[in-house]
Amino acid sequence: MPESTSGSVTLSVNGSPVKVLAGATVAVAVAMAGQACRTSVSGEPRGPLCGMGICFECRVSINGTPYCRSCQILCEPGMEVKTDG
Amino acid sequence: MGRDSLQRFDVLVIGAGPSGLAAAVRAAECGVRVGIVDDNASFGGQIWRGSAGEHSQDAARWGDRLRIADITKLFGMRIFHQPEPGLLLAEGIDGLCELRYTDLVVATGARERFLPFPGWTLPNVMGAGGLQAMVKSGLPIRGKRVVVAGTGPLLLAVAAYLRKQGADIPIISEQASWSSLAWFSVGLFSYAGKIAQGLQLKKQLAGIPFAANSWPLAAHGGQRLESVTISRSGKTEVVPCDYLACGFHLVPNTELQSLLGCTISGGYVGVDKFQQTSVRGIFCAGEPTGIGGVELALVEGQIAGLAAGGHAAEARRLFGERRKARRFARMLNRTFRLRPELKDLPSAETIVCRCEDVPYSRLQEHRSWRAAKLQTRCGMGPCQGRVCGPATQFLFQWNPDSVRPPVFPARVESLAKAVSG
Repeated sequence: MPESTSGSVTLSVNGSPVKVLAGATVAVAVAMAGQACRTSVSGEPRGPLCGMGICFECRVSINGTPYCRSCQILCEPGMEVKTDG
Repeated sequence: MGRDSLQRFDVLVIGAGPSGLAAAVRAAECGVRVGIVDDNASFGGQIWRGSAGEHSQDAARWGDRLRIADITKLFGMRIFHQPEPGLLLAEGIDGLCELRYTDLVVATGARERFLPFPGWTLPNVMGAGGLQAMVKSGLPIRGKRVVVAGTGPLLLAVAAYLRKQGADIPIISEQASWSSLAWFSVGLFSYAGKIAQGLQLKKQLAGIPFAANSWPLAAHGGQRLESVTISRSGKTEVVPCDYLACGFHLVPNTELQSLLGCTISGGYVGVDKFQQTSVRGIFCAGEPTGIGGVELALVEGQIAGLAAGGHAAEARRLFGERRKARRFARMLNRTFRLRPELKDLPSAETIVCRCEDVPYSRLQEHRSWRAAKLQTRCGMGPCQGRVCGPATQFLFQWNPDSVRPPVFPARVESLAKAVSG
């Protein structure tokens, strides 16, 4: 379980609101939104593999910053996450 | 952490897993100025990730020692470049940080080894440690069916953890043979602490089917994973599931050490008895010097921290403990050696390099990692070969070539700053 579970956080994934427990990573929010994180160069949907910032499969754009490894970044209220970013 | 700040340390520790924590705490006890950097938001590394008390007394104890010690904690920061000896650049979400050091302890840990098989790129096929990390980060797993597969002691720990969180584990599929596993458990008897751990784990795993001589043949699904075909003692079976947690033991993270000029042989960072690398003042501890688990990481970290902090005599007192932990490590690596059948898992179309979508058939014709990189872009994507490198080393016996900065993709403004100084 995440270290801090007091309360929840609402953020947006591809424009839709997602509610997660405080302390959840952005990768979790993307999974809960039912989305793949990115589309590969040959068009396959991809999601997290390593869970530790090595593989870059979980990369998304966060508040306009592309290439963020969503498995290493905690959700913050109002964050705007876009997959394929 | 402000943007573009400069900080100076007598001892800088990179990595806040068990070995980095131990190094930082022991160095701080020597009375020198210590900083610790980790790219995750909190300390503990992969193994102690999440709430510390849940894992072991060790995790809680070292976490407490870190909290009370006078150590500058730089979490959420990633080292990507060394412009000159004694200076490292780190990038965080808020900007860049320059870190000057006199002595450095590199404790970058290990990652899982991933092997390609048909369907392994489907969403919800993850590393064993990878899925565990996601669940620790808040992914709901209660009621989900999770096949755990691959090799290594991590599989058991992950299965026990996931089950405790409410997952249904239809099978643990371990590629090692029963005979090598038997030797492993006999060997455990010479390690009192390990036995207690093993018995506890056995209790937690009770009722989960465990298959040796077993490995995944293919993952199936459309937009995400739906089932896995498993080879089990020569027979195949299809197991419906929501997740496949699959890793083939561990490979050390040595890219940064390589960038710093440390000698690496046989895949591991070479160190002397004080954990010092071939570069004076740069120490290395934990998995990068040889995969050996938490106990070895802790003792190596302590030795490195004490030596870097100037207390060599105290470091010497830990040599016996390290010797014992290394014996266990050797046994571990023998037991979970990969069987050659796993080389036949990929089909011609199976993607090996996930960043550039390079299939197995395009790699077969090449003789070296370098040739494959140049001709196919294998290993040239953002992970910089961290996933496909160890896979192709196993599949084709290719060796990685030298590391060039940035060791991790950095933002353009960080790179510009790195160049302009």
